Amino acid sequence: MADMELTGAEIVVRCLRDEGIKHVFGYPGGAVLNIYDEIYKQTAFEHILVRHEQAAVHAADAYARSTGLVGVAIVTSGPGATNAVTGIATAYMDSIPMVVISGQVPTAAIGQDAFQEVDTVGITRPCVKHNFLVKDVRDLATTIKKAFYIAATGRPGPVVVDVPKDITQHTCAYEYPAFVSMRSYNPTSKGHAGQIKKAVQMLLEAKRPMIYTGGGVVLGNAATQVTEMVRLLGFPITSTLMGLGGYPAPDVLFLGMLGMHGTIEANMAMQHCDVLLAVGARFDDRVIGNPKHFAKEARRIIHIDVDPSSISKRVRVDVPIVGEVAQVVEEMLKQIQAGIGQIDQTALKAWWTQIELWRVQDCMKYDRSSSRIKPQYVIEKLYEVTGGQAYVTSDVGQHQMWAAQYYPFDQPRRWINSGGLGTMGFGLPAAMGVQMAHPGAQVACVTGEGSIQMNIQELSTCKEWKLPIKVILLNNGVLGMVRQWQQFFYEERYAESHMTSLPDFVKLAEAYGHVGLLVEKPEDVETALRDAFGKYKDRLVFINFLTDPGENVFPMIPAGKGLSEMILV
Amino acid sequence: MRHIISLLMENEAGALSRVAGLFSARGYNIESLTVAPTEDATLSRMTIVTRGSDDVIEQITKQLNKLIDVVKVQDLSDGSHIERELMLVKVRASGEIREEMKRMADIFRGRIIDVSDKTYTIELTGPGSKLDAFLGAVDATAIVETVRTGASGIGRGDRIMKI
Repeated sequence: MADMELTGAEIVVRCLRDEGIKHVFGYPGGAVLNIYDEIYKQTAFEHILVRHEQAAVHAADAYARSTGLVGVAIVTSGPGATNAVTGIATAYMDSIPMVVISGQVPTAAIGQDAFQEVDTVGITRPCVKHNFLVKDVRDLATTIKKAFYIAATGRPGPVVVDVPKDITQHTCAYEYPAFVSMRSYNPTSKGHAGQIKKAVQMLLEAKRPMIYTGGGVVLGNAATQVTEMVRLLGFPITSTLMGLGGYPAPDVLFLGMLGMHGTIEANMAMQHCDVLLAVGARFDDRVIGNPKHFAKEARRIIHIDVDPSSISKRVRVDVPIVGEVAQVVEEMLKQIQAGIGQIDQTALKAWWTQIELWRVQDCMKYDRSSSRIKPQYVIEKLYEVTGGQAYVTSDVGQHQMWAAQYYPFDQPRRWINSGGLGTMGFGLPAAMGVQMAHPGAQVACVTGEGSIQMNIQELSTCKEWKLPIKVILLNNGVLGMVRQWQQFFYEERYAESHMTSLPDFVKLAEAYGHVGLLVEKPEDVETALRDAFGKYKDRLVFINFLTDPGENVFPMIPAGKGLSEMILV
Repeated sequence: MRHIISLLMENEAGALSRVAGLFSARGYNIESLTVAPTEDATLSRMTIVTRGSDDVIEQITKQLNKLIDVVKVQDLSDGSHIERELMLVKVRASGEIREEMKRMADIFRGRIIDVSDKTYTIELTGPGSKLDAFLGAVDATAIVETVRTGASGIGRGDRIMKI
């Protein structure tokens, strides 16, 4: 077989097949016509035609987030590639393994300002883990293999492979390499044994220990190890927005999410602990607020991360451990089990007493007697109706925070949101990617009336693929998070945060061939959700919940403030 | 503090822009940057002179290491090293200052590599500070044009950077 000459287009398709790819999200165009012609002839994977390239990339991204596999998207040159950029940057910020194959104008036309030409490698360079421009068909298969290897290993990320049209026509012998090695890329997988021992000792010596986990625990498939270690220690644990599900949220040791909209108990415990173990997290501005304020309290920090550049970037750490979180935590667990130290149970008990004093303030309470629908209530009911088992995607804004706060995820890869880049328009295409990967699963897209309109055209793709997604629109008639900031920090000058004309979402859903429901009263919330997941189980149901426009996300740490400077109501 | 960082990277199109892009995207400062292929044609060697606190320099080296095309990174300032820079400077050399320019070039061990009736072009090599010293020593109004390569650096003795 290796001697048979294949065209570049055939090679692209064969590489995807040999990589074991089952789903590809994309949109055809001039530069990728040869590739699409080969897609037409094959049956190894399904191609999901979206309505906008951004959605293809978000779908591939969420496919990866929910499965742990590498997501794949194909776009054409020029506008196809530029439309993909938001999706690529989204995946980059959240370290999602993804390969994007983009068409390019023929090699001879590059640099000639050809039709649909753009410097894709140049434009995407700052928001990819790596990218390639393929200049010789003989490099194509190896390049694609490298792309998958780079995307999935170390700290994962998106990789773009830009393929000029003439390369898709040229021929050469095809062989898909079983593995590739690169002298310039050897990510560390095993943590340093000495450092791990030091970390365990430091952790066991703690009087006021705290464990803080991030997206790395989810992406690094370390939830089992982390959960086992935390339970063995009996230490308090919190997660970032990206880390939710890495530890079962309903558990008593879990203090809730931390950060800008984190709980009092999580933020105060972060601020006042004496030993902090950070696992696959990066101390970003939405998590610890102002690093100067954070550093005011003395604490020793252990930081496990696969990416050395994440360590000591915003906060100095005492014991850095570079390695895959699952391996490192596993090793720590072994040492703890081997009994290399004793936990100071008296101190731990006192620490928990303090934490309970914070917890008892019940910072997540809201008005349950209101005659208006409270968005928090919708999320709580969604949790009940789905038995906590749904995949929940979200867009960006208040609804995202409420989903994160009021849906206690108890498994990893169930909470799918754009945490780093904060991309409005992510939710619906993300739900498509998740539903394609898990056809029988309950998938809910929690969204706002601002975000949903940024990729609403994908309702058409959902119809084509009969995706029974439930769109949970928390419609408060304003760009809620913007309005919240304007209310708090701009003396209630509500500049452009209100859309005076919104579509009739029920009719819109129906126009796309779906079920649309309007819910205006709290007492109808549960019935609508039960209908969506019951009576209309096999349909996409778009529920327009008219929620209280005055509701805000609390607690809140204003930007630039510290973890103990929360606004509570 | 000033640091001189050496890197070996894949000699591929775009590798330079990845490094330059990293510095601009993350707001790091570049005083000079020089790059050329090595004796192994698949590798380029780059020397970057930058400034920053210890934390910033640590991030710079980590971020450079993270680039897929970068094979090796070394902060030469961490140990004993030599650095050299080449400068070509065209100076006015007419009338009474013609002889003085020749003397200045000699004092700084420069070579006059091009001559016209009104100018000399002097080639000078040395650490950046020596080139600065030359420019400070001659009458500023006599300097017509300068071009500098930026520093190249190498470790002393057994301090070797190779793959």
